[in-house]
Amino acid sequence: MEIIMSVAIGFLFMAAVYLMLSKSLIRIIIGTGLLSHGAHLLLLTMGGLGGQAPPVVADGVSVGDYADPLPQALILTAIVISFAVTSFFLVVAYRSYQELGTDNMEQLRGTDDYE
Amino acid sequence: MRTNDVMLQTATKVVTFIILMFAVHIFFAGHYTPGGGFVGGLLTTSAIVLLMLAFDVKTVKKILPINYVIMTAVGLLIAIATAAASIIFDVPFFTHAYDYFDLPLFGKTSLHSAMLFDAGVYLVVVGVTMTIIQTIGEDE
Amino acid sequence: MTMSNMLLFPILIPLVFATILMVFPKNVRMQRIVAAAGTLFTLIASLFLLVKVNNDGVQAITLGSWPAPFGISMVSDLLSVLLVISSSLITLFVVLYSFPSIGIKREQSFYYPAVLFLMTGVNGAFTTGDIFNLFVFVEVLLMASYTLIVHGGEKPQLRESIKYLLVNIISSALFVAAVAFLYSVTGTLNMADLAVKIPQIESTGILTVIAVLFLVVFGFKAAIFPLYFWLPGSYHAPPMPILALFGALLTKVGVYAIMRTYTLFFVMNTGFTHELLGIVAILTILAGCVGALAYFDVKKIIIYNIIIAVGVILFGVSQLNEAGVQGSVFYLIHDMLIKAALFFLVGIIAVLFGTTDLRKMGGLIKTYPVLGWVYLIAAFGLAGIPPLSGFPGKLLIVQGGFEGPQFWGSLVILATSLIVLLSVVRIFIYAFWGNPVETMPVTKTVYRQMFVPTVILVSFTVVLGVGAEFFMPLISGAGEVLLNPALYIDAVLKE
Repeated sequence: MEIIMSVAIGFLFMAAVYLMLSKSLIRIIIGTGLLSHGAHLLLLTMGGLGGQAPPVVADGVSVGDYADPLPQALILTAIVISFAVTSFFLVVAYRSYQELGTDNMEQLRGTDDYE
Repeated sequence: MRTNDVMLQTATKVVTFIILMFAVHIFFAGHYTPGGGFVGGLLTTSAIVLLMLAFDVKTVKKILPINYVIMTAVGLLIAIATAAASIIFDVPFFTHAYDYFDLPLFGKTSLHSAMLFDAGVYLVVVGVTMTIIQTIGEDE
Repeated sequence: MTMSNMLLFPILIPLVFATILMVFPKNVRMQRIVAAAGTLFTLIASLFLLVKVNNDGVQAITLGSWPAPFGISMVSDLLSVLLVISSSLITLFVVLYSFPSIGIKREQSFYYPAVLFLMTGVNGAFTTGDIFNLFVFVEVLLMASYTLIVHGGEKPQLRESIKYLLVNIISSALFVAAVAFLYSVTGTLNMADLAVKIPQIESTGILTVIAVLFLVVFGFKAAIFPLYFWLPGSYHAPPMPILALFGALLTKVGVYAIMRTYTLFFVMNTGFTHELLGIVAILTILAGCVGALAYFDVKKIIIYNIIIAVGVILFGVSQLNEAGVQGSVFYLIHDMLIKAALFFLVGIIAVLFGTTDLRKMGGLIKTYPVLGWVYLIAAFGLAGIPPLSGFPGKLLIVQGGFEGPQFWGSLVILATSLIVLLSVVRIFIYAFWGNPVETMPVTKTVYRQMFVPTVILVSFTVVLGVGAEFFMPLISGAGEVLLNPALYIDAVLKE
């Protein structure tokens, strides 16, 4: 299972890098979304995927059966943060599209008013 | 271009309330099972967004005249106050109190101060998401 | 009352005040009063905390009454409390400096709440004892910094904020990945617990990889050698008070994180990791020097000086000996104060001339002589001329380098001090000497409102330098905890 997950994470990172290297701002934002998905899955996988029982002490459950609750808590936090950042990024992208009239990163090079 | 959205509007009038009820359910379910303030807040937002899609931003503003920024602030204050109550009792920050009560109608119920914290989270999530959606959605 | 939660006050007070400020955004008078009060209370709370930490040793608390390695620990040792005091002081002065200079329009659209949220994140990052919680606080301060960098929505701001956002989102994703690897190898994220567990792990190879990954992550925030590329452009866009806040605080969080992790637990393979850190630090200094001399833009010159200082501080840390680490702590505090002061000063100069281009300036010494001399003091302080505040820190770092393995690094630092001096004196020569250029009509009150906080901040740096003997016990106490992790570990895992 860990192997499959690792391949999936690698694929997500690959797709994210591909999208982030494109010129269109909206593709870059989708890329950052995929990148954080990959990072979250990595967090889950690295915590170990074993364990079925909820992490509550109960009769007849040995230590190895518990699912590790920590990566889940960490992922939840990380997802909320990336949700907030991505939505903020979308708002900024939309505003700058209105103000600057382009979503092409080539035209967003900052060299105009200073040297 | 104005499309005929009678079907969407009629369905929305029913579905919105189902979503809102489900949001309340998820919010309280978060006590011991998956759910909680964050998901409940997102569901509530989705109900409001559905209203916005079916009708329009101005109508929804008339129905729900809420300043979402203030809603966020109130939610944050509730959450901080719940966590900071532990300062008065001189136990580590975020320590929660809970007990079981026999309430009429509900029977034996566990009440937990984490619920108040979650209520704050709920308000923050609704407030922030609605602010974002309004910022993008308002201008034509 | 014993107040075991005291170390949380510098985080909670700005958070509460920021929330209150969100309720009445349009009332500028109240915004100013409440924001100034919030930062002042934070400063007072952190001073009380300093007294407590100095008397009773390292303070630690684990949130939610969890036993120590399982909950989120918050730890306040001398280093973190000194940094919290510096950041609170600087934020207070930035708020005061903003009154005349930021503009009513910005003040009415959640400027002060964003500043206070930034303060929450910075103070939290300095205080936390948990590596994932560090990520959370860094995100809090980044979120506030995103708001501030785009605040006002001018075209260059929008353009630069997109790049700033993108760089930081990528480094945050790397942060999560690095935390994931660390957790899979050690099974813990509590810093004190990591310091216990890491020496027990035999395969140091994988830990070295993780340590370098963390160096990359924190290096993005701290702007170390190849990763500083985003900083000059992004910092150039926002107005001066925000730039002062960013320049003084944001990169320092990254520097602090490297300092903490590279002394507390990533010490299993110092021959590789710390040598790498030393080399990168020297390259950072050199890259910053090139930039500081290359531009005729006052903002850019000081911005590149941020990068130079990051290199100097990290070189001291990489030597991992008493003099080097103490020097880094001293220089870090000095640099936070002096950078804020210098940005304030060039902010006034830029307002007076209506431009940031040095070639369009001149002759200010005739009309504003006091400003000139105060600027010169700050510039000498930055370059480390005794008895000003840059001197003791740099002296100790250089001494640490000579005692440590990379003596050539100390030679580079000594040589580049002259370049630092040249770069800031260039501003003095261009702006204050030469033929007078017509200045903008600036009213006496506005000038005074900008100048008074600046002078007080500069005088703080002078006190820090002249009274170095008085501050040294605190600095050496902070260095002692860094070099002797047992103090830190015992305080956290005491139960």
